[in-house]
Amino acid sequence: MTIQDTQNEIIEEFSILGDDRESTIFYIMELGDKLPEMPEADKTDEHIIKGCQSKVWLTAFEKENKVHYLADSNTDITKGLISLLIRVLSGKTPQEIINAELNFIDKIGMGNIIGSQRSNGLAAMIKQMKLYAIAYQAKINA
Amino acid sequence: MPLNIDHIRGLFPVLHQEVNGKPLIYFDNAATTQKPLAVIESLSDYYKKDNSNIHRGAHTLADRATRYYETTRGLIKTFINSKEEAEIIFTKGTTEGINLVAATFGRKFIKEGDEIIISTLEHHSNIVPWQILCEEKGAILKIIPINEAGELDMEAYDGLLSPRTKLVSVVHVSNALGTINPVEEIISKAHKVGAKVLLDGAQSTSHLEVDVQALDCDFLVFSAHKLYGPTGLGVLYGKREILDAMPPYQGGGEMIKEVTFEKTTFNELPFKFEAGTPNIGDVIAFGRALEFINDLGKKEIKAHEDDLLSYATEHLQAIKGFVPVGTAKDKVSVISFNINGMHPFDVGMMLDANGIAVRTGHHCTQPLMQRFGIEGTVRASFSVYNTKSEIETLVASVSKIAKIKNK
Repeated sequence: MTIQDTQNEIIEEFSILGDDRESTIFYIMELGDKLPEMPEADKTDEHIIKGCQSKVWLTAFEKENKVHYLADSNTDITKGLISLLIRVLSGKTPQEIINAELNFIDKIGMGNIIGSQRSNGLAAMIKQMKLYAIAYQAKINA
Repeated sequence: MPLNIDHIRGLFPVLHQEVNGKPLIYFDNAATTQKPLAVIESLSDYYKKDNSNIHRGAHTLADRATRYYETTRGLIKTFINSKEEAEIIFTKGTTEGINLVAATFGRKFIKEGDEIIISTLEHHSNIVPWQILCEEKGAILKIIPINEAGELDMEAYDGLLSPRTKLVSVVHVSNALGTINPVEEIISKAHKVGAKVLLDGAQSTSHLEVDVQALDCDFLVFSAHKLYGPTGLGVLYGKREILDAMPPYQGGGEMIKEVTFEKTTFNELPFKFEAGTPNIGDVIAFGRALEFINDLGKKEIKAHEDDLLSYATEHLQAIKGFVPVGTAKDKVSVISFNINGMHPFDVGMMLDANGIAVRTGHHCTQPLMQRFGIEGTVRASFSVYNTKSEIETLVASVSKIAKIKNK
């Protein structure tokens, strides 16, 4: 499945919830519960994403030329958003991640719900995910 | 006589809207209150009819603007019962008031080894200016601790006071918890050791009668926007003899008597501390806000808010997973809380989805949050235009949210 395929799948899932903010938030929080656990030892200051209002830790590793992410947050809604980002980007090649245009966040209405401050945090999160991909791309090409 | 809340709500245009498809319930009053129509119209009227620079103008508009501007000063004098209007200085807000005192009184009177006392309950704006001053002067900052309920430890305060204490700067009412501090006692004890007292009235002036002569505080600072008035405007009250002894804050127009390149003499109070063209329109509009409060009566406002507070406290406490933060015996209409297993940001966003505006986070009181070992709280704060039916919606929403993690 391509990155765009996964994004379309998420947009489809959220469309069932319609415009109801509360249900959307509840659903996002449920998704956070399913996020694979990040080892406590990885939750260090160097893995914290700067620019997020809540605490977000992110690490990545490469396996068979694909990038995999592990992340966690101290707030459930952020955790839910991270789980969506990981679902879209994890297990893809660095080049796919670098080229990815992420449009699902606005299409599922999350841009409005999280507001401008948290949107900045989300942008910082995506930037960091892409930076990992760029680093792994350089490593593969070396 | 009890207030007619329906009528009062009618005076606030902003309350009558939907947010996220739900009627707006505004419970973020400790951050800023909404503005009655009279304030909004006064602001627009000023720019439509009276706009002119005040004082010194030799024309009708300037005279009119000056009179209206100074009328508000008079209303404030009555509002806090200062001896004279000259003791009322307009600022940008509470924060600027504190910084002004730190930069003038502090610069002149705080020396190496002197001590300044603040409390664990302080807002960052009543911590950082003193830290900067202490750093510069080699003075020492002392902190009054609190108990689990969020009340000041007055025995510890007694222990902190000494002839080295030069200033006690404390909050009258805690913004994060709502605790009302025993300021009469704080002030009289500080005076016994010869210290001056600054009272941060940002949260108290909207709920309590604050009489600077009865309290005998040396300074009082507060903000207009928490009193149904405009943002970007505040008041510094100071006793005349202290203000007279203080050097000016900023140099510029208005604050001078005579300027030559050799020497400048400074203007009389209050103008000595009001350099530059002030926030004229907002000062005039603030007058309408004070009249709004005077018309309702502080006692009546407090009675309604206390009623809302006890109703909300009783019903929220019954919710499984509800953890109140700050349970002082003496409180204004503020409820700070957490939900077991949930981050305050998440709770705040879910309440917002239900049209309920609350504040979440550390409320600019990080040391206080550290004292409780928490990152932050959800804070619901009630004002005169809030209703029991709105609180019922809050209780129902919190109850539903709490169930996610507290089954």
